[in-house]
Formats: sequence, C-alpha cells, structure tokens
Amino acid sequence: MAKQTINVPALARVEGEGGLYIGVEHGEVKEIKVNIYEPPRFFEGFLQGRFYQEVPDITARICGICPVAYQMSSIRALERAFGVTPTAEATALRKLLYYSEWIESHVLHVYMLQGPDLTGHQSAIELAGVAPEVVASALRSKKIGNDLMAAVGGRSVHPVNACVGGWYRWPDQEALKAFLPDLEWGLEHALETVRWAATLDYPDFEVDYEFVALHRDDEYAILDGDLLSSRYGLIQETDFEKHFSEKHVQHSNALHSNSVDGTTYLVGPLARLNLNYDQLSPQAKQAAEEIGLELPLKNPYKGMIARALETVEAYLRCIELIKNYHPEGESAQELLLTAGSGSAASEAPRGTLYHRYQIDDSGLVEYARIVPPTAQNLARMEADLWQLAPKVLELPHEEATLTCEHLLRAYDPCISCATHFLTLTVEEL
Amino acid sequence: MPGVKKPTIAVYKFSSCDGCQLNILNLEDELLDLVGVVEIAYFLEATRAMLPGPYDVGIVEGSVTTPEEIERIKDIRSNVGTLIALGTCATAGGVQALRNFADVEKYTDLVYPHPEFIETLEKSHAISEHVHVDLELWGCPISKTQLLEGLTAVLQDRRPNLPQSSLCQECKLKGLPCVMVAYGMPCLGPITKAGCGAICPDNGRGCYGCFGPFINAELEAFVPVLLDKQRYPGEAVHMLRMISGNAPLFVEAAQMILEQEDN
Repeated sequence: MAKQTINVPALARVEGEGGLYIGVEHGEVKEIKVNIYEPPRFFEGFLQGRFYQEVPDITARICGICPVAYQMSSIRALERAFGVTPTAEATALRKLLYYSEWIESHVLHVYMLQGPDLTGHQSAIELAGVAPEVVASALRSKKIGNDLMAAVGGRSVHPVNACVGGWYRWPDQEALKAFLPDLEWGLEHALETVRWAATLDYPDFEVDYEFVALHRDDEYAILDGDLLSSRYGLIQETDFEKHFSEKHVQHSNALHSNSVDGTTYLVGPLARLNLNYDQLSPQAKQAAEEIGLELPLKNPYKGMIARALETVEAYLRCIELIKNYHPEGESAQELLLTAGSGSAASEAPRGTLYHRYQIDDSGLVEYARIVPPTAQNLARMEADLWQLAPKVLELPHEEATLTCEHLLRAYDPCISCATHFLTLTVEEL
Repeated sequence: MPGVKKPTIAVYKFSSCDGCQLNILNLEDELLDLVGVVEIAYFLEATRAMLPGPYDVGIVEGSVTTPEEIERIKDIRSNVGTLIALGTCATAGGVQALRNFADVEKYTDLVYPHPEFIETLEKSHAISEHVHVDLELWGCPISKTQLLEGLTAVLQDRRPNLPQSSLCQECKLKGLPCVMVAYGMPCLGPITKAGCGAICPDNGRGCYGCFGPFINAELEAFVPVLLDKQRYPGEAVHMLRMISGNAPLFVEAAQMILEQEDN
C-alpha cells in the first residue's frame, strides 16, 4: 500500500470539536493536521465596549470545563489595569475556587476522558459495566469539586460570585467547613488514583519539551506567579507577549503559539509538575516518591500521573484553605475608574491562560487579548505527532489510530477555548 | 429488563462552550442509573463508541453559526425522533449572538490574521430558527434538574414540569431580599425565567438573564425601573445584551431603551 492515512474526523472524549489527519506515502509521513473546526465565537471582538465588571461573566463562557480559569485571569488582569490589589482573604478564596475547578476537571479527564484509553474501553460508561465501583468513586470525587465550586461561586459551570475587586459576597464559613469530611475522603481517593495511574501501561514515547508554567517559590502556582520556562528561566508574567507569539494556520480556527524563537513549547500539568515539583505539599511529594516518580517526566501520555498528583495537591490545599477561612470586612474593594491596561496569567487545568485588557476612563474595554492553553499546545501537539507517527505505522491501523488519538486526548485539549482568539501579531509570509 | 430495547440518545455539539454537555456528565448521582435505562448511542464528549442512527432522542448543545452547521442540524433533525435544544446557545444563540448586534467582518478581521480562512455566518442562531424543536431547556448552563425532568418527560411521553414563573419567585422561595428594592441594584429577575435557583441575588448581585425571558414579562412596566437603577451609562442595555441577548423579548427590551435614548 503506497498511500495510507490515519484520519479521525471527529475526536471523541475531548472538549470541543477537532479532528486528526495523518497522510503517509511510501512509508513516509507527509502531512499531519490537528484540525480544529470548532466554529469561531469572537470573544475578543464582543468584549470591546463592555464595562469591566461584565468581563468575567462573559469570559467564563469561553469554556464550560474551566470557567474559573477565565474568570481569574480576567479579574487579575483588570485589577492590574486599575492598580488594585485584592485582600489576602479574597485571594485565598480565589485559590479555593480554582483548586475546586482543578479537582472537577482533572478527575473528569483522568477517569472519563483519558482513563478509558489506558483501560481499553470506549468510555467511562463502558468501564462502569465491568468496574462500577471505580467509576462511582470517580464520580463522587468529581462531584466534590463541583459542589465546592457551587458553594463558593454559586454554581460549578459559570460561577457568579467572583468579581473585579474581590467577591460579590463572602461564602458562609460553616457551609465551607461542612466540606471537610468529603475533602478528606477525596484526598484518600486522589492518593489511590496516583497509585492506580502509576500501574497503567503507557505508550513508550518521550519528547524533549520546553516546559512553561507559572511559578512561585512559596507554593505550587495556580492563581499567579512568574512564568518559568525550562529553556529560558524566569520571565515576568506581564512579559508574556514578548516571549510567546501566535500564528494563524489554514486548517484551524485556533491560533497556534510559538516561543519567541519559533520553537514550540508545552503548558499544562506535565509542565507544571516538572517545573514546580519542589513547591508541592509534602504529602503530594510523598505520593510521588511512593510510586518512584522520576523527573523530568517527558512522556505526554503520563500527563495522567501529573493530573493525579495535582488532584492530591488540590485536595490538600482546599482543606487548608477552608480551615484558614475567616472572612472579614468588605468582600470587594472599591475601584476608581481610570484608563489603563493590565495583563495576568493563571494556571487553567490544562495550562497557562493569559489575558490582557485596555480600559478607557469610563471603565469600558477598548481592547482584549486572550491566549488560552490549548492554543499554545496545538503546535506542540502537531510536533509530537510528527515524532510519534513514524513509530506507529507498523502497528495495525486501528491501534495506530488509537495511539495517535490517545496522544491528543492526553493533552486534555479544550478546543472551545482554543478557537476564536485574537492576536495583534501579524504573520510573516 | 432483558428483551426490552432501551431508548437511544444522541448528544450533539454546535457552537458553544461545552458547559451544558458537561452538566450531563455532572449528573454524578444519576449518571449510572441513567445509562441503565437509556442507550447513549452517540455522545462524542463521553465516548468513542457510536451506534448507527436513527435515534429516539437527540440533544443539541450550541447555536448555529456556520453554513456547515445549518446542514448538520437538518441531518440531525431527520435522524432523531424527539429533538431537545439544550441551553441558551441552542435556544437563543447564546453569548456568541452578541455578534448579531455588530459587524462580524469587523470581528473576524480583529481576531484572525487570515480572515479568509474563517467560514462563519453573520449571526448566531437558535436551533429552532432552522428546524423544528420539540423541547427547549434554557440556561447558561442548563439546570441538571430540568435536564432530568425534560428527558424523563420525553421518555414517558408527557409534558415536562418546568418552572413557569419569573426568577422573582425563586428569590421569594429562598427568602432573599429583592436586590432592586433593598439595594437599588439593576436586576433582570422580573423578566427572566426561573430555573437557576436565584444564585445571583443570593450572591448579592442582580440577575443577568442566563435562563432567558419569562413568558409573561411586563416590559412596559419593567424597563423604566431598570433604567432608573443603572449604575453606569448603558448598563441596562448591556445586561439585556448578554447571555440571552438574542432572545426576542430581550432584543425588544434593549430596542425600547435605545429608541428612548434616541428621542
């Protein structure tokens, strides 16, 4: 057979709509496309002219799986534009909401999106047929994340309580404390998940990535920090655009990102774990040691293990944040309307999410720019496939297809997020 | 029950954020029971497995925004028995319908360096603008309770028991003070369908209309009150042109205000 193709017109178990095409001629890979056909929604266009406080309600709608990430990057960028620093209590509560989103999103991915690839099933529903207790426990853990998001934010998909300046209302202390027994259970489940994830049979595949993630010396970064690149070292969060650029390719409604010298880079749990391992809580580190984890972890399929460890970290931090939650004073700070601009990044479950806004003196958005994690990873996904495809051509077609599909799923791509974004970068032709 | 064929369900995604489909997977307490009584025949976000159609029930998330989506929704309509439009994108065009009030070409030029690669419609449409829809479930995101009730009703061939009142009734049931009266905040509650549990007033802010228009809304009475509560110029129109901005009643209310301002 001179010509062969791997063609997955519609990827399953990913967020949003995308496909995969690999063209092979005489045993040589000629063409690879990760096709993003999720229609554009033009968020950056219709953010223009909106009042700053409406922004987090709008950007949440970019993604139903990680709305908090969008709200947090928006809110922090806008607070910078106004020169406002949130109170320590408000910041701690933001981390609580954000970690709950990591729980919900990571457990979904580990058990329902990527997990079936590693256990030989089509879906978690099918897995439930043979191991109902595994799926039931996963659903319970996911529900704890969702319920905690609802307790802090009003609801789990598109929460309503976070605002520029702080919070509309302090959540009730007792209501949050009531989560502690469930969170202790969730922590145990997350530790079990780490042990389970370590036993799975991952495809043998390693890549020399440039890892990029937010970094803080005092904790595993989620809400804020400096950017850390495994190639370039520390970069100020506000210098994001100087280091990373996007380009628009024909087969995609999403823009592809590159490092400033044109190379691709990786964001997400694998990047975070490799860069920020030292900042994990002692118990999360202990879990990593127990499974004999060796860093750097360079196998993209093992993002699964990184997610499992981050779920442990998320549960630990939720417990700590709730125990220390003592809201005092006004939940939101007064803002003085002034023209200005601000940018900020945070760590969405699937990687670094950067926002920049320019505001006029009546508080209206003049310009918005959003760089979602999946758009940054798209170029990397295609590059991985170029490395992987020649190795899998010998496999039976269905297995080769599944191995390639699985690679993309392991990235936890959020395709709704990746589309419809704006850049000022003009592509050089 | 052996021998009894389970009804088949297909879940489709159009232009959307995935949040309503996610709320199907967020039925953590019910999901395993649900798949015991229905066959998930097509649901890309959850499974690689696909059974051939036609299907008994089709659930569509998202709005129609491309020429390809117009063709796809027609195919789906002819391939399913009952069609449920899931969430405010599917019932009113969703947040991406904000483009309906602007010039899309301008947006494309703004967002993409190569606008010629992008194929998109000028407007974001509700599913019912293209095909007959049997049941609309509003919400951004939908309420899980309403989803279960809607699905159960379809399977039992009865009328679903969905909230008919405005959001105000949910505030009263929860004993929440009216944010308009007590705090002087603008709120779309009086003209918005109940369903979310009044989460915005419960968090000390006004409703921004995720669940779409309340059917018996009194615009003539409401609009002047809303205008009176504005905290910045244009706030009332911004609130109306938000998540459910393309729902006819909200379009009309925003139009009333803009015309008043012109005079």
